[in-house]
Amino acid sequence: MTEILICRCQEITREDIRRAVEDGATTVDGVKRRTRACMGLCQGKTCERLVQGIIAELTGKSRAEILPQKSRMPVRPVKIGLLGGADDRPV
Amino acid sequence: MRNVAAEVAVIGAGPAGLCAAYQARSAGADVLLIDENKLPGGQLFKQIHKFFGSGEHQAGVRGFDIAKALLTRVAESGVRVKLDSLVYGIQPDKSMGLLDAEENCLLRAEKVVIAAGAKENYTPFAGSTLPGVIGAGAAQTMIHINRVLPGKRVVMVGAGNVGLIVSYQLLQAGAEVAAVVEAAPRIGGYGVHAAKIRRAGVPIYVGHTISRAYGGTDGGGDCGAGAGGVEHVEIVRLDENWRPVAGSEFTLDADTVCLAVGLSPMTELIWMAGCRFEYIPAFGGHVPLHDHNMETTVGGLYVAGDVTGVEEASTAMEEGGLAGVAAAEALGYLSASAAARKKAEIAARLNSLREGPFGDARRAAKEKQLAAMARFCSCEAERGAV
Repeated sequence: MTEILICRCQEITREDIRRAVEDGATTVDGVKRRTRACMGLCQGKTCERLVQGIIAELTGKSRAEILPQKSRMPVRPVKIGLLGGADDRPV
Repeated sequence: MRNVAAEVAVIGAGPAGLCAAYQARSAGADVLLIDENKLPGGQLFKQIHKFFGSGEHQAGVRGFDIAKALLTRVAESGVRVKLDSLVYGIQPDKSMGLLDAEENCLLRAEKVVIAAGAKENYTPFAGSTLPGVIGAGAAQTMIHINRVLPGKRVVMVGAGNVGLIVSYQLLQAGAEVAAVVEAAPRIGGYGVHAAKIRRAGVPIYVGHTISRAYGGTDGGGDCGAGAGGVEHVEIVRLDENWRPVAGSEFTLDADTVCLAVGLSPMTELIWMAGCRFEYIPAFGGHVPLHDHNMETTVGGLYVAGDVTGVEEASTAMEEGGLAGVAAAEALGYLSASAAARKKAEIAARLNSLREGPFGDARRAAKEKQLAAMARFCSCEAERGAV
């Protein structure tokens, strides 16, 4: 219970994020690609703000410069069959 | 893929979206109001306390009664409402992906109002993933919508208005509140809310934070989180640099920890549409630029309510009204003079909501946001002139 999770969905710790920044990540997307933080079921709704704060703290950048991750469809978990067509109907 | 069309599409049926839809529809526009939840009203139905302010802001009226009246007006006005429906994406041309009763649709609207609201912030600590650690908003949903207690004995983290109000409502619902813990050196919310829970005997520890939640054994509380959940929490005092003071720790028995540590605007769709943003900490982070009509840097795309910067339901309703009037005017349903009159009335009410010791910071933040929009527009105009 000593490890504090930042991204609960993917079980990513502060240390994981620190290593990603050490590896050159300066954005939420950079941390996301290296660690999978923000890639779980909630898509960063819980941890993104914390990840932004940790990046700002470690890089010395202002919070204003650390933008949220690139926003893509779908903004909520959606069954792929609903978007792609579960049956043979053309969509 | 089925096509769905509307003159005005409003995303989010909380206080801002309901007012936007009502105003646009009353002026004569065809309006489609969409919400991902099964019930409209947003957070209003969870607000059992009386509102503050003056009579024109419905002071003394409880949130759920405001919501009921608003829903009636919207229904009678002829707004088309789609619940349990999700706008899952938007393109820069404002065409949207809509899941309507599990059917994938292409939604097009001449004007789009995004009133998606805000989400609760999270704070990590040792044991913060144990069952029983929840958002204060989640606790409010459980007691007022689902009518179940999240636990028997609660520690509230955060003494802003949400933390104070939800603590009182948990007491009313029959839970015990062991303490309210606030990292800042003073209570953030209204004194009247703090006084109510102090009178009920709940201690408020300012300059303290939660350092750890213990539990995860079979001996966890038999209510709420149940076995395996939180059993007690450790509180620690913070020095003036927000550092924990060694040796100041104490523990409290609790089976539930509620986090009331602020809200952030839910801006994913607005980023996706390509709108410009400004970082305004008082509003909860990066917020979309908008003008006095609530229109963003993407023409025909309006924003209203917490998504423009976290404030209150009363401001959200006024901003929604502004967006609805502006969209109807842009579609030709209101003359410039009629729209100007309506907008001036709403703007005057909005200004009075952003006054006083709690309103001044929000007023300054809103002025910063509007100024950033004005700068953007003048840059665009210069670029266009070249």
